[in-house]
Amino acid sequence: MDTMMDRVDLVIVGGGPAGMSAAVAAYESGVKNLLILERDSHLGGILQQCIHNGFGLHRFGEELTGPEYAWRYEKLVHDYNIPYLTDTMVLDITPDRVVTATNSERGVFTIAAKAVILAMGCRERPRGALNIAGSRPAGIYSAGTAQKYVNLKGYMPGKNVVILGSGDIGLIMARRMTLEGAKVHAVCELMPYSGGLARNIEQCLHDFGIPLRLSHTVVEIHGRERLEGVTIARVDERRRPIAETREYIPCDTLLLSVGLIPENELSKTAGVPLDRVTNGALVDQDRQTEVEGIFACGNVLHVHDLVDFVSEEAEIAGRSAAAYIQGQSAEALDIPLSVDGRVRYTVPQRITQKKDVTVFFRVADVYRNVTLKVLDGDRVVLKKKKPKMAPGEMESVTLKPEQLAGAAGLRFELEVG
Amino acid sequence: MYDIAVIGAGVVGGMIARALSAYRLSVCILEKGHDVAVGASCANSAIVHAGFDAQEGSLKARLNVRGSELMAGVCEELGVKYKNNGSLVIGFCDEDRETVETLRRRGEANGVKGLRVIDQAELRRLEPNISENAVCALWAPTGGIVCPYELTIAAVGNAMDNGADLRLDFCVSSIDRIAGGWRIRAGAEAVEAAAIINAAGVYADGIARMVGDNSFSIHPRRGEYVLLDKECGGLVSHTIFRTPTKMGKGILVTPTVDGNLLTGPTSVDMQDKEDKATTAEGLSRVMTEAQENVRGIPFGKSITSFCGLRAVGSTGDFIINRFGEGFFNVAGIESPGLSSAPAIAEYVLELLRQAGVKLEPKPGYNPRRPAMHAFREASAEEKNRIIRENPAYGRVICRCETVTEGEILAAIRTNPRPRDLDGVKRRTRAQMGRCQGGFCSPYIVGLLAEELHIPYEAVTKSGGKSVINVGRTKEV
Ligand SMILES: Cc1cc2nc3c(=O)[nH]c(=O)nc-3n(C[C@H](O)[C@H](O)[C@H](O)COP(=O)(O)OP(=O)(O)OC[C@H]3O[C@@H](n4cnc5c(N)ncnc54)[C@H](O)[C@@H]3O)c2cc1C
Ligand SMILES: Cc1cc2nc3c(=O)[nH]c(=O)nc-3n(C[C@H](O)[C@H](O)[C@H](O)COP(=O)(O)OP(=O)(O)OC[C@H]3O[C@@H](n4cnc5c(N)ncnc54)[C@H](O)[C@@H]3O)c2cc1C
Repeated sequence: MDTMMDRVDLVIVGGGPAGMSAAVAAYESGVKNLLILERDSHLGGILQQCIHNGFGLHRFGEELTGPEYAWRYEKLVHDYNIPYLTDTMVLDITPDRVVTATNSERGVFTIAAKAVILAMGCRERPRGALNIAGSRPAGIYSAGTAQKYVNLKGYMPGKNVVILGSGDIGLIMARRMTLEGAKVHAVCELMPYSGGLARNIEQCLHDFGIPLRLSHTVVEIHGRERLEGVTIARVDERRRPIAETREYIPCDTLLLSVGLIPENELSKTAGVPLDRVTNGALVDQDRQTEVEGIFACGNVLHVHDLVDFVSEEAEIAGRSAAAYIQGQSAEALDIPLSVDGRVRYTVPQRITQKKDVTVFFRVADVYRNVTLKVLDGDRVVLKKKKPKMAPGEMESVTLKPEQLAGAAGLRFELEVG
Repeated sequence: MYDIAVIGAGVVGGMIARALSAYRLSVCILEKGHDVAVGASCANSAIVHAGFDAQEGSLKARLNVRGSELMAGVCEELGVKYKNNGSLVIGFCDEDRETVETLRRRGEANGVKGLRVIDQAELRRLEPNISENAVCALWAPTGGIVCPYELTIAAVGNAMDNGADLRLDFCVSSIDRIAGGWRIRAGAEAVEAAAIINAAGVYADGIARMVGDNSFSIHPRRGEYVLLDKECGGLVSHTIFRTPTKMGKGILVTPTVDGNLLTGPTSVDMQDKEDKATTAEGLSRVMTEAQENVRGIPFGKSITSFCGLRAVGSTGDFIINRFGEGFFNVAGIESPGLSSAPAIAEYVLELLRQAGVKLEPKPGYNPRRPAMHAFREASAEEKNRIIRENPAYGRVICRCETVTEGEILAAIRTNPRPRDLDGVKRRTRAQMGRCQGGFCSPYIVGLLAEELHIPYEAVTKSGGKSVINVGRTKEV
């Protein structure tokens, strides 16, 4: 245990796919004095418990399980001898990049870093955030917690299941619980469409005959000690439950897959301004936040459905952090990006350099026959047509240096029909 | 045979047992729950009321004011979080102003110190986020906040450290007179005691009836709450009450000692003494009315909602008396029962003394209990010293509240020992943060299983049938 402050060029907070990819990219860009801090006992983040297939199609052209995907990066971390500490929880980051962490070996210790990459992932929204009425029995879990019991601990949380929310974790768990012998009675989704990937709805619900009840929610929870049932109801256009459609489903388990919240408590201690829509940091194309020398990537920045894009984004952050440490800077622009509401957000939210910039975005509803327009005042900088865009699928466009030249600000608008 | 059996391990039974444990008396606490602090004492507003609410001359008024004076000292001894944050009763119109004046006069008659009626400008200075429509307020600088289940757990634990016994899962079902005392049964089990103190909350009328006392009844009154993330705890610094009207006391907004923001309670008379379900109407009322008192409460940041049952007695006042030889009621302890608890314990000692119970101080009695949160409040150097001795304090289990394995194990090994997830939660705050146990509960289940020497799937949320897992995978 030391009270002396360590000095490191780059500290990466979180050793999930984002943290590992960022570390590998920074290393390959010449930063050798770096350190990954991970609070779990293993590297790999949420992928460790995702034992299903479906990772890496974009990146490796093959279908891997979560742990297999994570292993590809873990191996690189080992091959390069990139230092990391597991069972180590970061407690605080200051705006001038002093990182405080704790573990069993070193106690509470601090590290001064030239640059920091935030890669803390996200957590699931709990029941309390929904304020569902009723009792508070055992048998209610967020889907990821149930996934941990089943996949990592080898225990079954219950046998008769209702799932609220059709996010990807909920869909995956519908299939998982079914394969383990439980009966999944319904997946209820408040919205008229699912927020999950189309392929997951196909492979996890349809293939198993599990009903997806769109525009439905759980309005009441029953049971004193262990869950005994839930009352569900259809909702109107304003998402208010319709009393006449109340329906009781006996069940011993309710899984919640009602959204993910980026874990930005540390970002706040560092004074990093957040985007009100993504709940992640405001960043430029390099994934640098508005606090100099602090970068962010992966689910802590915005929720991704595919890990392949997490790795891609993390590599940008890793390379940029390396460039920052090495004192490289390119000619600076200042182009803020804005959205019309149909486009809910963009990442990045600001462009400061003239180079190819891929902008990721999500839309607010299911839209058909759409044209995305990127406007600089009245000037149409870019147009992209698509038969359909949906909230569950992340979209992207790439802007060229010549499209950025002279732009005062870029507005992302969606034309429908 | 015990000298005294206390029925009910809420804050009232706990504080009484602790007070008794200072004397040469054998004491047993009987509780039907799987843990202590599972009744009203775990779901309430957590306010140490200054004492201007209760009618002049009532037992409630007297014990409230005395309890509130004792509270800071008791919390210091027991290592329980308490904060003297002051409270404000805000008024919106002339009628409210009159009520506020009435409360001030009543409070002064009750002996509350420092009460003052303040105007809009001063109110704004004290609470910048208060509703723009609030025009005046009663300011009670002696008002405070406390963690009610922590106080209960610490009181019972301290009583046990001083020799008291605790029987959990002991649901008193009948009481019979025997030579020199009582036989108290719970199903097939029995405990004998010379005297009984009935502190059974909403069930105190049923317990009294078991010995033939039909002089009062208790009915439950529901109170629902919405609790918000710690991020929101700074929205107000005082406890904000609405001026009471014919419709009742209204919804309050207060920081908690742990830094969250608490809003509630509703007030609905009930029949069922077990029904602690929240309702859609109740929660929506809490949110609407809280917004009328304080601007900009971000209910999107709610982390949980819950419900508590007040034990409303048929007499309108606390019912603390002796019924015949060796039976004492401490019933109808609705609000301000938490604030009054230390004074109720004093008062009950006095009743016992009058009834001829000999109270001889016990040598070696220790009124102090180590704080449950000592580690989290320690300096970095102190933490490092502890981690060096016991590396489990370096392993963070609950990430949202930063609770370490060392703290959880210490809680599991300390009187009164928790045996379920909720018990660990109330003692350590693990699972109480923004993810509500999503990350850490699978680990805590493992720690409980190991410490209690039970299978992983036998661990419950709160005893009984509340299992977390129903079996191993591929077995169901
Ligand atoms: C159930 C589920 C199913 C999915 N299915 C698919 C799929 O089929 N295909 C696909 O491509 N993608 C899928 N995804 C998405 C993909 O797994 C995620 O996008 C990706 O894991 C996010 O990576 P990350 O590194 O940003 O976050 P995470 O994997 O969450 O990693 C963050 C890491 O940071 C650590 N950390 C956080 N705070 C601290 C701190 N204070 N100190 C130290 N360490 C900290 C955490 O412990 C964690 O290890 C799925 C995700 C889930 C949850
Ligand atoms: C909504 C609400 C808000 C409140 N707000 C405040 C406030 O802000 N300030 C304040 O001062 N007070 C407040 N109060 C009042 C305060 O919470 C109570 O006065 C106090 O908790 C009562 O403690 P108790 O020990 O009497 O009851 P309880 O905590 O209910 O304890 C009674 C115990 O007896 C046990 N028991 C019952 N029957 C049996 C049996 N047959 N055998 C064995 N054990 C049995 C129960 O399981 C329970 O644990 C509030 C109460 C409510 C409900």
